[in-house]
Amino acid sequence: MAVSMRGITKRFAGGVVANDGVDLDVAPGEVHALLGENGAGKSTLSNVLTGLYRQDEGTVSLFGKPVSFSSPKDAIAAGVAMVHQHFRLVTKFTVAENFLLGSGGSFDAKNAAERITALGKEYGLEVDPNANVWELSVGEQQRVEILKALDRRAKILILDEPTAVLTPQEADALFATMRRMTEDGRSVIFISHKLHEVMKVSDRVTTLRDGRTVGTVVTKDVTSADLARQMVGRSVVFNEDDIEDRPEVDPSRLVLDVLGLSAVGVRPQSSPKSVDLQVKAGEIVAICGVSGNGQRELAASIYGLLKRTSGTVKVNGVESKQKGPRESTALGLAFIPEDRLKTGLSASLPIKSNLALKGYRFAPMSSGPFLKHKVIKANAEEKVKRYGIKCPGIDTPTRVLSGGNVQKVLLAREIGANPHILIASTPTRGLDVGAIETVRSLLMEAARNGTGVLLITEDLDEAMALAHRLVVMFEGRIAGEFHRGDFNIEKIGLLMGGHSGEDGAA
Amino acid sequence: MIRLEPRLTRPKWLAFAVPIGSIIAAMILGALLIMVSGNDALATYGRIGERAFGDVVAWTDTIIAATPLLLTGLAAAAAFRMGLFNIGGEGQFVMGAVAAAWTGLALGPLGGWVAIPVMVLSGIAAGSIWAAIPGFFKTKFGTNEVITTLMFNYIAASFASFLIFGSESFVRELEGSGKVFPQGKVISDDVIWPAFGGGGFSVPLGFILGCIAAMALWLLYRQTRFGFEIGVVSDSPEAARYAGINVPRTGLAVMTISGGLAGLGGASNIGDIRHMLDPKGLNQSGYGYTGIVVAALARWNPIAVIPVSILLGGLANAGRSLQGEDFPAGLVGTLQGLLLFCAVSGEFLTRYRVRVAARRAKVEVKAA
Repeated sequence: MAVSMRGITKRFAGGVVANDGVDLDVAPGEVHALLGENGAGKSTLSNVLTGLYRQDEGTVSLFGKPVSFSSPKDAIAAGVAMVHQHFRLVTKFTVAENFLLGSGGSFDAKNAAERITALGKEYGLEVDPNANVWELSVGEQQRVEILKALDRRAKILILDEPTAVLTPQEADALFATMRRMTEDGRSVIFISHKLHEVMKVSDRVTTLRDGRTVGTVVTKDVTSADLARQMVGRSVVFNEDDIEDRPEVDPSRLVLDVLGLSAVGVRPQSSPKSVDLQVKAGEIVAICGVSGNGQRELAASIYGLLKRTSGTVKVNGVESKQKGPRESTALGLAFIPEDRLKTGLSASLPIKSNLALKGYRFAPMSSGPFLKHKVIKANAEEKVKRYGIKCPGIDTPTRVLSGGNVQKVLLAREIGANPHILIASTPTRGLDVGAIETVRSLLMEAARNGTGVLLITEDLDEAMALAHRLVVMFEGRIAGEFHRGDFNIEKIGLLMGGHSGEDGAA
Repeated sequence: MIRLEPRLTRPKWLAFAVPIGSIIAAMILGALLIMVSGNDALATYGRIGERAFGDVVAWTDTIIAATPLLLTGLAAAAAFRMGLFNIGGEGQFVMGAVAAAWTGLALGPLGGWVAIPVMVLSGIAAGSIWAAIPGFFKTKFGTNEVITTLMFNYIAASFASFLIFGSESFVRELEGSGKVFPQGKVISDDVIWPAFGGGGFSVPLGFILGCIAAMALWLLYRQTRFGFEIGVVSDSPEAARYAGINVPRTGLAVMTISGGLAGLGGASNIGDIRHMLDPKGLNQSGYGYTGIVVAALARWNPIAVIPVSILLGGLANAGRSLQGEDFPAGLVGTLQGLLLFCAVSGEFLTRYRVRVAARRAKVEVKAA
């Protein structure tokens, strides 16, 4: 076995057992998927393998020899490399300069550039060694990370949710690279919670649940439904293509009308440029795109957190005067931002305060300058009950809740206000399957009650399952629009990648 | 092996255990120091207790000593609670004193009913402005308020000194002994603030105003929309912006309130205690800094500031009256320092839990 982890147990502060006697065996030359919901212990396990954490119990062997890493350096020396979700690249440096960082060798950029070109050719990971990292797309940056690992002669490569930031075409190219690497006898550990990708690319799958190993299976012997059951511990409805009771669109009522909206984003690619967008009552419109193409800025500028440089926004026929979030809230615009615990909620405040974060200024939660604690409390109790928020009590700081319950608090407040339009920015990202189901059904329910939903998501499956209409954004512009029945994943993917599709084919 | 783990929630009992534990710990540490200096710790503490709280006269003096600490303590509590580190209570206090001395002298002829309210208000206003300037710089340019408010203390102290020692200003006594020794002009008896009580025990107006302010502050933070906004801003400015709360304005308002409380303390120093502007005395007292100790011990709770200020007032009062050969010099300052040290350590313990666990045997196997 290339990797043999036996009985790995890792405990954290507060009595959290992230890994509880986990076993993992990875053969040389295989793509081994590590499947599990968020919090199942995948990252902890890989951090033990890469020397970032030290296990409390259990043993790790590489190629039959027991090892004990005291730092990631030891792991790299032993041939274990990891490509993290968040890249460890210096964006102001060129690709070649990033290669030299931490390599410990001589500072020879030319030599590094040659190695990059050669490795890139061999593995289908071509990047310009002299380009600055910030100029590269996310997919290209990921290639740099993989090349770095290959350059350091990694025999075991761990990829942590590598497709989260890629277009479907880029993901396919990555899968081809993974295959190419295993042909050389390398082992690839592919961490994911996306079942179709696991089915597509892996040889074997080890599923984790609640920090324990559920089992290891040969991929071709199982179906994705089997894996889903293993992962969640119960049956899950996966085919959401035919959701019964899909919300009805009311074509007569335009709840969001955005015309010619432009704003300045963090980078030129992420500045919305003359965006036109309409959402009708009961309609779910998904905005798809690789992250950083202006979706975040579009949502922020509609809601009033980012100044629009031009264009108009009308909510249910009333024009917004750009006075900021309070005006938007009053117009009937609700917003679920992507950093739910940082932006959407005040993390350390009790649940009841977060549920009052927008209503506290008005009767019945306050009268004149004074708060009415009784009403705030009653509101919280009602919402906790109605939305099934699992919490020790309404005075509990919101940050101690699980991701799904945090999101429920946010949804309870935003949907509970009966808005005309709800903008939900990646509302299911990072949630486990059960919570994802809940969030999606809450969005559907809101739409059924006549709220227009603008769903910003990087998850195409989610967009295609929920939306009446799907809008692709690329570099701040609307690149295309698809109606239910016409969804074409190939075309959508090409548009997300900027028409050309070269990225995907490389 | 001792490990620290962050607490997810803070149990309620800690709110009481920490201040009381801090005081006990500080007293034990202080006792060690007293013993090292060759004195009897128990006897020394006994004398402090007697001089601070032994009879009505002691209590009256203690309350007088507590008055400035109550107000600077509230000033610190108001700002620190929001995560604004207003170290400038000292300067705001001085500016409040300057303003009250000025208005008290100018309006003296009109009598107490006119002059005293104006002294109170002008003290508050001067302290507010002195805090609002660094507050404005912070909200506008992102300057660090710790540094700016601290620097403003020096400006205020120098300004007060200039008024008495460096110029023939309106608040300086230029007649009589004032010709020889530079000193502040004493306000007329009509505008000396009233004290309330009976049977030898009296409470100065400043202390009563401080208690009212403590309650008002508690009400503001706990019961009002504005208090709710302060809570959100202090926890997460980003969430506050998302909710449409004007973050800079909220911060500026809190600085203004904080400075106003310290300024009221300065006004009370003129009206209740010194009756003239005394830059040297103010400088030596360091009320603004002691106020931070008070607020920390009270865990930024305005109501708790009242008893804590009485405790530290008693300590200061006893220290003053016991000064002499047989009383360790600097003991009171040392005890105050120990109290702050213990309070801050205690605050840390409310956030972390100490775990004692046996060190596990480690078996090292070298990497292949």
